[in-house]
This record gives sequence, structure tokens and C-alpha cells, in this order.
Amino acid sequence: MPKSTQTMQNLTLLDGQKFQITIQRLCRQLIENHNDFSDSVLIGIQPRGVYLAYRVAEELRKILPESNILQGDLDITFYRDDFRRRETQLVPNQTKIDFIIEGKKVIMMDDVLWTGRTIRAAMDAMQAFGRPQKVELLTLVDRRYSRHIPVAPDYVGIEVDSIASQKVVVSWKETDGEDRIVLVSEVKEE
Amino acid sequence: MALSTRHLLGIKDLNLSDIEQIFETADNFKTVLNRPIKKVPSLRDVTIANIFFENSTRTRLSFELAEKRLSADVVNFSASSSSVSKGETLVDTVNNILAMKVDMVVMRHPYAGAGVFLAKHVKAQIVNAGDGAHEHPTQALLDAFSIRERYGEVAGKKVVIVGDILHSRVALSNILCLKQLGAEVMVCGPTTLIPKYIRSLGVKVEHNLINALNWCDVANMLRIQLERQDIKYFPSQREYTMLYGLNKQILDSLDKEITIMHPGPINRGVEITSDVADSKQSIILDQVENGVAIRMAVLYLLAGQGA
Repeated sequence: MPKSTQTMQNLTLLDGQKFQITIQRLCRQLIENHNDFSDSVLIGIQPRGVYLAYRVAEELRKILPESNILQGDLDITFYRDDFRRRETQLVPNQTKIDFIIEGKKVIMMDDVLWTGRTIRAAMDAMQAFGRPQKVELLTLVDRRYSRHIPVAPDYVGIEVDSIASQKVVVSWKETDGEDRIVLVSEVKEE
Repeated sequence: MALSTRHLLGIKDLNLSDIEQIFETADNFKTVLNRPIKKVPSLRDVTIANIFFENSTRTRLSFELAEKRLSADVVNFSASSSSVSKGETLVDTVNNILAMKVDMVVMRHPYAGAGVFLAKHVKAQIVNAGDGAHEHPTQALLDAFSIRERYGEVAGKKVVIVGDILHSRVALSNILCLKQLGAEVMVCGPTTLIPKYIRSLGVKVEHNLINALNWCDVANMLRIQLERQDIKYFPSQREYTMLYGLNKQILDSLDKEITIMHPGPINRGVEITSDVADSKQSIILDQVENGVAIRMAVLYLLAGQGA
């Protein structure tokens, strides 16, 4: 019998200048709804959503140098619904929100939207910081048709059709050396 | 990453990475405790029984608050108002509680090894909240955590534990925890209250309080455990206070500023005077504050090992 081996196949969905253009488009869409951000705050979801929030905040500050863009990091570990239901222990990250979100318009950000469970947990986690006037969701990658709960993004970088065994990995210039979105598939070879 | 143990029976069972993991998790819970809403839903499907066969104020309240802030369901039980006084055994009592679908048991008991015994005989996860003169692991963790908070790290710090070392579970757990973290530890007290073999734990022994205080960065002042003393270990409380009581005069005579700790309850005017206990150098109330975060971390990490 021939040996079956598993290899990874990587498909780049977005990188380089196109990646940057996507971020800029998201920023313009945000400005359309939030004007000068005096009533709006950005919140990145730990761990990978914070890179997106940093980048978006950085771009917004370039476009709107007069505005005070508030941006924080939210850890959702203690609010997850799979605690005690998984093999590995969940390791928490830092939450850093130095402003009041009571009455503000909150734009939550995560790099990849998949089952929607992270977003549900994030909504719970955010309540500990007050009652926002409105909450929106911005995601760089939307893995369509894979939601476990009814969550829909307001702003989307790219939409991807994928299957459960595949992974979508977002790399960032600041931490990984390059901006890139990759679809990783495990391929069985005979 | 998960803890290397299913129960928390003593510091003895923890390795360095366990302790560090507990501290890092406690850091996170400390930020949670400073939010307007101090509650997270992590343990919403966990029921915890606090079983106290010995009196306690701080530890029981601290555990109960930690459990409630993790959204666990909590039942409290104290021996004085229970069927234990009617002759029920420990295993029977606990099994009856577990029959009501309890997942974890936090227990304080007057006999050393009660937690280990229980862990062998019942299914639930056990957290030792003090067993006789043996161990009090969460107290040691919160003490070390408070030192880490004050100085940035525990390694290399000199800690003296003063008082009734012989009858103190806080002393033994503290020694094990601080040594594990790389601190230097000294015990100080009258010869009758220092166990003969304490040196085998790698600690220094000193009988002169002033020498001990001059050596240390941190002094952990313990209470005389009169309830565990079946014979007289020193002539009088007044004499003990004269030789081992810490007052402002002694504190000010030292050429450096040391940190004062006390696990409580304080006997003001005996092992420590009021002006020292309430001074800027004292972190006694920080210890209490950190206790809740540490206990949340321990319960969270143990519960995370699965239903």
C-alpha cells in the first residue's frame, strides 16, 4: 500500500499593496459612518485582532491628524463558551482599555470572523466596561457560510469561502515581517 | 499549558512553571477586579463547596468572593453548625455534599493531610484552604505574589518569617513557595517555636529579631497560634512581645526600608504594633486584595482541566 502523507498547501489570498489598499478602504468606510471619531472608539480582540486595530488606528490618524483616535485591546478568554470543554488550557492576554465606552460607538475588530463565537464572547466581555451606544464589527477576513451563531460583520476586508479543516492565517508587517492573508489546507497525498 | 496537578493540596505539589502560571493568570484577574463589573462568566457551570472545619474570616470570604466573581455556584458549610458534631466522618460528609452535584471542594481542616486524604477518597477536585499545621498553599501564593508586585520579582529577595513557625501552616507553605521562586528565606523565633529540622528545607535560622530584620528585605510577621499550643512554649506573652514583637522604634532603627507582611489575623500589640501594621511599609491589605485574584487564578486553572 502506498504511504499517505499530509502536506500543507498555502494559498495567498491577499498581500503587499492590495493588503494595504484593503486596510485603507476599511478606514474610509469607517470615516463615512463615524466622521471625526469624537464619539467612537476602536477595540481589537486579543490576540490577533489587536494588530488589525493598531493598523486601522494608525491609518486613521494619518487621514485625520486632528482627531483623537481611541483604541484599546480586549481579552475575551474568561468569557469564552468552550472553557472546560477543550483539551488545552486557555491562556489569557492583557486587556487594555484606558477610556470609557459608556455611550460611545464601539467598533470591534478581529482579523478573521469564522464561527462568530469569539464575537459573542467579546460582546459579553465589553459589558464590563459600560454600555456602548452602538457596537459594530469590522473584520479583515470573513469566512462566509461557517457561522455557528447569528453574527454579521459591518465592515469586511475580503470574503473567503472555506471548509472547516482549512485555516486562514493573517500575518502583519509589525510582528511577522509581512502583510499577508493565507488560506492553509491540509492535503492528503497517496 | 495546564497545571501539573488536579488538586491544590500544597505548594509541595507545584513546580515553578505552575506557580508562574498561577501568577500570570492572577495578573489578569487583578485587572478584572479593578473594573466596574468585577465578574467573569468562566465557571458558570461549576459548583464549589467551601467546607470549613476550622474558623476563618479572610480565607473563607476570599474564596467565596473569588468563586462568585468567576460565576461559580457556591455552597458554604462550617463544622460548628453541621452534622459533624453528630459523629459523621469526613468522607461521608463530603460524599453527601458531592451527591448534590458539587464539582470542587475548598476545605480547611484542623488535621494535617486532610486534603490529601479527601483527594484519595472522593471524586471532586480539592483545594486545601489550610490543613492543621501543615500547608496553606493559597496564602503562600498570595504572599509571594505580593512580594513580586512590590519588587518586580521574588528571586534573590530575602524574606524572614517571624513567630510561631512550629504551629504555622503559613510558614511551611511560604518557605516551599519562596524557595521554589528563588528567594532566600530565614525563620526567626524562640527556640521552642522553631522545629528542629527546619534547616533541612534550606532556610536560615535566627533567634534575634534585630539581626533578622537587618538581614531581610521582607518580614512576614506571624501570629502565635495559641489554639494549637498544648503546652507553654514561652514564659509569657509580654516576654514574647519584648523579644519578638515588631514596633515602630525597631523599624525606624534599621538602616533600610523593609516591607512588612502579615497573613492575619493580627494580634495588635503582640507580634506587631498598630503603627507598624498601618505604616506605609506594610502591605498587609495588599495581601488581602491579592488573595482574591490568586484564588480566582487557582480555581480557574484547576477548573479548566475539564468537566
